[in-house]
Amino acid sequence: MKIYEFQAYEIFTKRGIPSPWGEVAKTSEEVKKIAEKLGRPVVVKAQVLVGGRGKAGGIKLVSTPEEAYRAAERILNSKLKGVLVKRVFVKESVSIKEEYYLGVTVDRAQKRVVVMVSPAGGIDIEEVARTNPEKIFKFYVHPLLGFKSHQAKELASALTKDKNLVQGIAKILSALYRIFEEMDSSLVEVNPLVITKEGSLFALDAKIIFDDNALYRHPEISSLRDLEVEDPLEVRAKEAGISYVKLEGNIGCIVNGAGLAMATMDLVKHYGAEPANFLDVGGGASSQQVGKALDIVLSDEQVRAVLVNIFGGITRCDIVAEGLIQALSKREMNLPLIIRLTGTNEEEGRKKLKGIKGIFLAATMNEAAKKAMEVVKS
Amino acid sequence: MSILVDSNTRLLVQGITGREGSFHTRQMLDYGTKVIAGVTPGKGGQQVEGVPVYDTVKEAVGDRAANTSIIYVPARFATEAIYEATDAGIKLIVCITEGIPTLDMVKACYYVKQKGSKLIGPNCAGVISPGKVKVGIMPGSIHKEGNLGVVSRSGTLTYEVVYNLTKNDFGQSTCVSIGGDPVIGSSFMDILELFEEDSQTKAIILIGEIGGTDEEEAAKYIHLKMRKPVIALIAGKTAPPGKRMGHAGAIISGGTGTAEEKIKTFQKFSIPVAESPLQIVDLVSAVLDERD
Repeated sequence: MKIYEFQAYEIFTKRGIPSPWGEVAKTSEEVKKIAEKLGRPVVVKAQVLVGGRGKAGGIKLVSTPEEAYRAAERILNSKLKGVLVKRVFVKESVSIKEEYYLGVTVDRAQKRVVVMVSPAGGIDIEEVARTNPEKIFKFYVHPLLGFKSHQAKELASALTKDKNLVQGIAKILSALYRIFEEMDSSLVEVNPLVITKEGSLFALDAKIIFDDNALYRHPEISSLRDLEVEDPLEVRAKEAGISYVKLEGNIGCIVNGAGLAMATMDLVKHYGAEPANFLDVGGGASSQQVGKALDIVLSDEQVRAVLVNIFGGITRCDIVAEGLIQALSKREMNLPLIIRLTGTNEEEGRKKLKGIKGIFLAATMNEAAKKAMEVVKS
Repeated sequence: MSILVDSNTRLLVQGITGREGSFHTRQMLDYGTKVIAGVTPGKGGQQVEGVPVYDTVKEAVGDRAANTSIIYVPARFATEAIYEATDAGIKLIVCITEGIPTLDMVKACYYVKQKGSKLIGPNCAGVISPGKVKVGIMPGSIHKEGNLGVVSRSGTLTYEVVYNLTKNDFGQSTCVSIGGDPVIGSSFMDILELFEEDSQTKAIILIGEIGGTDEEEAAKYIHLKMRKPVIALIAGKTAPPGKRMGHAGAIISGGTGTAEEKIKTFQKFSIPVAESPLQIVDLVSAVLDERD
C-alpha cells in the first residue's frame, strides 16, 4: 500500500528526520495562504501515488504567494500521468549543495533487509542501478540483530568525509530503518536528501510503501488509504476476495490462480488482442465467486468478450460447469463468452455447457485466446 | 529417487483441525501419503480423518517420528508454526499459508536455514512425487510418475502444465511449487540443484513469473552448473508495472522483474522458453529426443 508524500512526511518528522516545513492544501487559495505565511520561496508539489512527478510537471518552485497560487491553479485538478491531482504539498524551499539517495527495502534474492545510500541522489535510483551500479552502497541487515548505529555510520561515510554530516546521515538512516521495521514497510525512501549551502541536512521527499500482508497488525496505517483514487472495480473485487487489476484491453479474463491468469493474458496478447484485466477468482472457483467475477468484469465498459479459463483440479470440471451455469442464469449476458475448462472430469464439464447460447467452448488455452481475438475483431 | 519427498516421508499436518487442514489431510491420505500426526494447540487428543492430533510439534515428533511438516495455519500464526517445526527438528517444512508479512519471512527463512532445515513456500501448492507421496494441495490425479522435474512459483499454472505433460505420457519425478511471495524458503536454484543430483529426473521444467530476479539467477546457474536440460515458461508478459498480479511477489517495480528481462536472460544462455503452457510438451519431446 502506497501513501502520499505529505503522509510519509508526517511520519518522518515525528521520527526526527529533518524536513523543510510544509503543509498540504486542496485549493489554490490555501496554497497562497501557506506561501504568505512562510514569506519565502516555496515548492508546490502534486500529491499523487505515481513516480516521476517532477518530469511530468507536477513540481514547481515559486518565489511569491501569487506565483504559488498560479502554480497551484495549473497543478490542482489536472491529470498527472493519468491521475487526478486532488492535493498539493507546499514546502519551504531550500538551497541545494549536494543531493543523496537513502533507501530501505527487502532484497528478495538475499532474503534480507537492505539499507542503501548513493551520492547520485535526485534521480531515479533504478536508473542509477542500471547505469552506475558502483554509485550505490548497500548494507544487508542481519535478520535477528537489526541495524546498529555503527553500521549506519559506516554506511553514511560512503557519502561524505565530513564527520558532522556522517553523524547526521547515520541518524536519519537509523530512523528510516526503524520506520521500515516497526511499520512493516516494503520501501522507505528519501530521494533526495540534500545538504544545503549552509551545511544542514534535509529530506526533500518522503516515500513509504507498506506490506499489504502486514496491514492487519497496523490499523493506523490502513486509515491512511485513499479509496477515492483506487479503481472502484479493484476495490469491489478486493472486498469479494478476488484479485483484479484493470488493464486497457477489451477481453475480460476470469481465471483461477494468479500464474494461470497471467499466462492467459499473455496468450490473448500473443494472438493479437488485448486483455481487459487480470483476474484470479481463487482456488475453488465456486459458482458464487465466478458470479462475482462476472459482475466485476462486465462492469468494465470496454469489455467486448469474456474469456473464462478454469483449471478444475480438486474441484472437478463438471462441478465448475454447474457453477458457471448457475452464475450465468442469474445474469444478463449480451457478450460472447468463451469458456475453457480443463482438468479432472473436463469431458463431463464440457458436455454440460454444450449448446448454451452465447457460449463458445474451447479445448485448449490457445484455442480460447484465439477465439476471443476473433470475436472482438469480427 | 525423486526429490524432497518419497515413501520415507512421515508427514505432520500443522493446523490439521482447520477447514483446509482437515480437507487436505483426507486428500493426502487418499493419495497414499503417510500422514502420521497433526498439531493444533489446545486440541491434543482428538483425531482428524483417523490421524492423531497433538498440542505441540515436539510431542508429535516424539510419538510418531514425523520428519516432514505441512502448514495450513492462518497467516498471523504461520511463522510461529514454522519456528516450532524447526525447533522440533523437522527437516522439511512445507508452508501452504498465503499472506504472511514479508519481514516475518525474512527472520523465519534465516532461522530455518541456521538450524539446517529446509522450507518450501510460503504461499505455495506444496510438493508431490507422483506415485509415491503428495505433500500439498495439488490435485493428485493429474500427475503421473516419470522423469521430468517441475519447479514453479505458481499453483494452477503448474497444474495446467503437468496435466498436458501427463496427457502426452510425460511423467514427473517431483513437482515443487516454491511459492508466490517475495521472500520464500527455497529458490529456483535450490530446487534445480536437487534435480540435477536426482537419478530419476532427466529434464526440468521451470515455471516463473514477473517480480524479483530469481529466474535470472536460475538461468545463470543452469548455464554454469547444470548438465540436465531445462525448459522455461515465464508468465506475465502483459502485466503492467507497479501492480501486484495476485501473488504478493508478482510485481514489476522500478523496471525490474519484467517477463521480457527474464526471457532474455534464458535465451542468452540458450535455455528454451515456451510461448505457452501447451508448447512445453513439444519442447520437452525435443530435448528428450536429443538426449536419446
